[in-house]
Amino acid sequence: MAYIHLNENLPGIRALFDFRPETAEPLCRLADVLLHQPNSLSRAERELIATYVSSLNDCRYCQTAHGAIAAYQLDGNESIVAQVKRDYTAAPISDKLKSLLIIAGKVQRGGKQVTAEDVENARRFGATDMEIHDTVLIAAAFCMYNRYVDGLGTWAPEDIETYKPRAAVVAEGGYNRIPSDIRNQQATAAR
Amino acid sequence: MAAHHLQGDEALVLETKRSPQKAPISGKLKALLAIAGKVQKSGKRVTSEDIEAARREGTTDIEIHDTVLIAAAFCMYNRYVDGLATWAPDDPELYRQPAAQLAIEGYLVSTDHVSAVATGQQG
Repeated sequence: MAYIHLNENLPGIRALFDFRPETAEPLCRLADVLLHQPNSLSRAERELIATYVSSLNDCRYCQTAHGAIAAYQLDGNESIVAQVKRDYTAAPISDKLKSLLIIAGKVQRGGKQVTAEDVENARRFGATDMEIHDTVLIAAAFCMYNRYVDGLGTWAPEDIETYKPRAAVVAEGGYNRIPSDIRNQQATAAR
Repeated sequence: MAAHHLQGDEALVLETKRSPQKAPISGKLKALLAIAGKVQKSGKRVTSEDIEAARREGTTDIEIHDTVLIAAAFCMYNRYVDGLATWAPDDPELYRQPAAQLAIEGYLVSTDHVSAVATGQQG
């Protein structure tokens, strides 16, 4: 049971978007800019950063949902997602992404943990200012989303299969559509 | 910002930062600050007892929701500001004027103001 009166048919952050549409809009716009809109980092790379930070924060809903979106962007390769969560240093991903995951992991513990050496290291692997900026903000944003989802006691399905249909919709259509999709879903369910 | 909304009572802001449970603020706000403090550590730290305590002080669902989201959002803003090593003035006076303006105009206007200053149009 969630701590406030939510629509219990909706899991995780979707129940919160339904509860407070005024905050759903800007939260989805931020996620869309960070994870979906054009960027020199691929959508898969950005979803992997989000998934990794969510797993460090032990947020089941976010790590499973964004892991499913990352896998979708990787043509269904779930093993890369699992490897990044378990030990990204051994995962088959670029050195640049590894250097950005080091920064993301530090941001998860606290912004002050990031050092000039971490940023220098990412630059040596070709990371641009914008990529460093976006990595820090993705990691920071998931420290928000994870706390929001768990701090209000929302529920999360255990079976990854149940996340896949929504993951495909978000991977294709982006995050901005989520609030209206939830409204339409609720309207259909009410009929 | 908080002091501005409190008619300039900076002592109350300091006291609330130092020991929220002893500060001269409402029982309701104390209960919400207890929840916010847990959210800062992790969303999973919040318990149904924390929520019950807040409800006993008369908080609504929206107030509990907004407290959790404000606390979570500042876990983002703080990491964003420090993770990219931005600089911050030491002198509290330098924050008072912008705070007064923000308190009146809200936060959306301020992003326009920042772009204007950055492009040298004013400020």
